[in-house]
Amino acid sequence: MSHSSEAAIALPQLKADELEAPPLSLRQLTWRRFRRHKMAIVGIVVIALLFLYSFGGALLVSEQYANYTDTAARLQPPSAAHPFGTDTVGRDILARTIYGGQISLLIGLTAMLVELLIGVLIGALAGYYGRWLDALLMRFTEAVFVIPQIFLLIVMAKFFSGKMPNITLLGRTLSGSVVVVILIIGATSWMYLARIVRAEFISIKEREFILAARAIGTPARQIILGHILPNCMAPIIVSATLSVAAAILSESYISFLGMGVQAPTATWGNMLDGAMNYIEEAPWYWFFPGLLIVLTVLSINFVGDGLRDALDPRSRAV
Amino acid sequence: MDDNLLLQVEDLHTRFHTPEGTVYAVNGISYRLHEGETLAVVGESGCGKSVSMMSILGLLPVPPAEIAGGRALYRGQDLLKMSESELERIRGKEIAMIFQDPMTSLNPVLTIGKQITESLHKHLGMNPTQATERAIELLDWVGIPDARRRLGDYPHQFSGGMRQRVMIAMQLACTPSILIADEPTTALDVTIQAQIVELVVRLRQQVGMAMIWITHDLGVVAGLADRVMVMYAGFVVEEAGVDDLYEDPRHPYTIALLAALPRVDRRRDRRLKSIPGAPPSLLVEPRGCPFAPRCEFAIERCFIDNPSLQPVAPRHRIACWVEIKTGGQR
Repeated sequence: MSHSSEAAIALPQLKADELEAPPLSLRQLTWRRFRRHKMAIVGIVVIALLFLYSFGGALLVSEQYANYTDTAARLQPPSAAHPFGTDTVGRDILARTIYGGQISLLIGLTAMLVELLIGVLIGALAGYYGRWLDALLMRFTEAVFVIPQIFLLIVMAKFFSGKMPNITLLGRTLSGSVVVVILIIGATSWMYLARIVRAEFISIKEREFILAARAIGTPARQIILGHILPNCMAPIIVSATLSVAAAILSESYISFLGMGVQAPTATWGNMLDGAMNYIEEAPWYWFFPGLLIVLTVLSINFVGDGLRDALDPRSRAV
Repeated sequence: MDDNLLLQVEDLHTRFHTPEGTVYAVNGISYRLHEGETLAVVGESGCGKSVSMMSILGLLPVPPAEIAGGRALYRGQDLLKMSESELERIRGKEIAMIFQDPMTSLNPVLTIGKQITESLHKHLGMNPTQATERAIELLDWVGIPDARRRLGDYPHQFSGGMRQRVMIAMQLACTPSILIADEPTTALDVTIQAQIVELVVRLRQQVGMAMIWITHDLGVVAGLADRVMVMYAGFVVEEAGVDDLYEDPRHPYTIALLAALPRVDRRRDRRLKSIPGAPPSLLVEPRGCPFAPRCEFAIERCFIDNPSLQPVAPRHRIACWVEIKTGGQR
C-alpha cells in the first residue's frame, strides 16, 4: 500500500508462450543428439545408397540376366561388358549383387521382425507377470542361449532345406529357402532382446504411473502394450537395428556354407560360397559381394551406435 | 441414514510376506463412507493409510501382499471378492485414486490427451472425437489454460502443480462416486498445495462425489474433511467428526499429533511438541496397544490388551483404555 509508487513501475507482461518456452519433444531431442554422431549419418546415407543399388538397380538389369549362365565367359575379370567380372558359370557378378542385395536386405529386415516379435513377447510376458511364468520363460531363454547359434543355424538349415516350396514376392520367384533362413535366424537370435525387454518391464511396471493407469481400470493387455512397451522403445530400437546387421551376417555364414539360400536365387552370402576356391585367381569373385556385406553391416552398426547414444536419456548432451 | 452408504470397510487386514518376515500393515480397520462425504485418514508414514486404500482397490501386488481378512462393500458388493476384470470396471469409473507424486504418476512417453482419454474409451465407450472434446472440457475444468493445444503435450512439459491437475482430470474423467486422494499435495510446494486443495474442494461439490483424503498433515484436513480417522501402526485409534477431533481429541496419539502442529493462536516462542520414540516395527504381530511404548498415559493393561474402538461421544470413537480427562480407566 505504501509502496504504490513502486507498483506503478509495471512488470513487463509476459504472454503464456514466453513464460514457458516449449521444451523440445523427445523426437527433436533424439534427432539433435543423433545428428552429432557423424558416423551414424554416414551410415544412414550408405544404407540408403545400398537400398537404391539393390532395388533401383533392378530396374536396369533383369533377373534373367543375373541368373543367365554363359560358360564361354567363365571367371572373366572386370571389363566393360561385366564391370564386376563373372563367376564360375559365367554369370554377371554386378547383376547378381543387385538381386542378391535384395534378398540379403530382405532377410536382414524380416529376420529382425521375427526376432522382435519373439523377443518382445517373451520378455514382456516374463517381465510383467513374473513368478512362475518368468522362471519358465527365462529358463527356456537360457536353454536356447547355451546352444551355439551357428550350430543351431546349420542344423536347422540342413533340416528344413528343400522342404519349402518356391514363393513369389514383388514379382520375383524366390527359393523357399529364403523363408526358412529368415525364420531360423529370427528363432535363434531373440534371446538378448528378450532379456533386455524383461529387465525393462520389471523396472517400469513398478513405477507409479503404472499404478495410476491401473487405478483408472486399465486392463493388463493395455498396460503392457500401451503403457510399458512405449517406455522401453529405446533399447528395442537399438537392439533391432543391430540385429539387422547380425541377421545379414548370419545369412552370409550359412549361405557361404551352402546351407542357406539355394541357387539360382542369389544372396551376397551364397555368392561367396563358390568364391572360396578362387581367392587368388579371381579376387573380383569374392571382393564385390564381400564389400557390400561389410559396408551394410558397418553402416547399420554405426547407425545403431548413434541411436543408442541419441535415445539414452542419460546422455543429455544437446 | 445408511441409505446413502457408499463404502463400508469391515475388519480389513493386510499383510506383506517379505524375506524379513511378515509385515502387519493393516490390522482390522473398519470405516464407512457416505455419499458426498469427505473422510480424512491421518497418520505417520508407514501407518497403513495408503496400503488400506490400495487393498480395497486390488492395487497391491499379491504376493507379497495378502488381504488376510475383512470385507469392503461398495454399494453392497464386496470389492475384496471381485475378479481382476470386475475390479477394472470399478476402478476409474466408480472409485478413482490420485497419488502423491505428480512427477512420477504420469506416463512420460504418452501425451496427456492419450492418458486422459483412456478411461473415457474404456468405461464410457466414447469414440475418439467425443473423448477428445471431453478431455478438453476436463482440462478446462481443472484449470489448465489453452487446453485444446496442450492435449498433445507430454508430462515433462508441465510443472508439478499442473501435472497434479492433469492427474486429477485423468482420474475424474468418468466422474467416479469416490475419489481416494493419497497425499496429493505432499510433493508440491505450499502455495500450489493450497490451489490443489481448493480445486479438489470445488470439484467435489460439482461432481458430488465422496472423498477419502489420505494425509499426514492435520492442517490440511481442517478445512476439507467431514470426518477424520487417525491411524497408527495399522490400527484406527480415533475416529470423529472434524470439529470434535480438533476441539476434543481423546486418544493420546491424536492429542500428541495436535500438539505437534504449529498454530497461529499459540505463542510463537514456544517449541512445538514432538512425540518421543518411533512407531513400532510392523514385523511383529501386534500385541497390546501399539502406541503404549510412546504414550505418557500408558498403564499396565495397555501393554497386554489392545483396546478396540469404543464410542466415547456420539459419532466419536477411540481405542484407548485410559480416560485421559479423569485419569480413570474404561
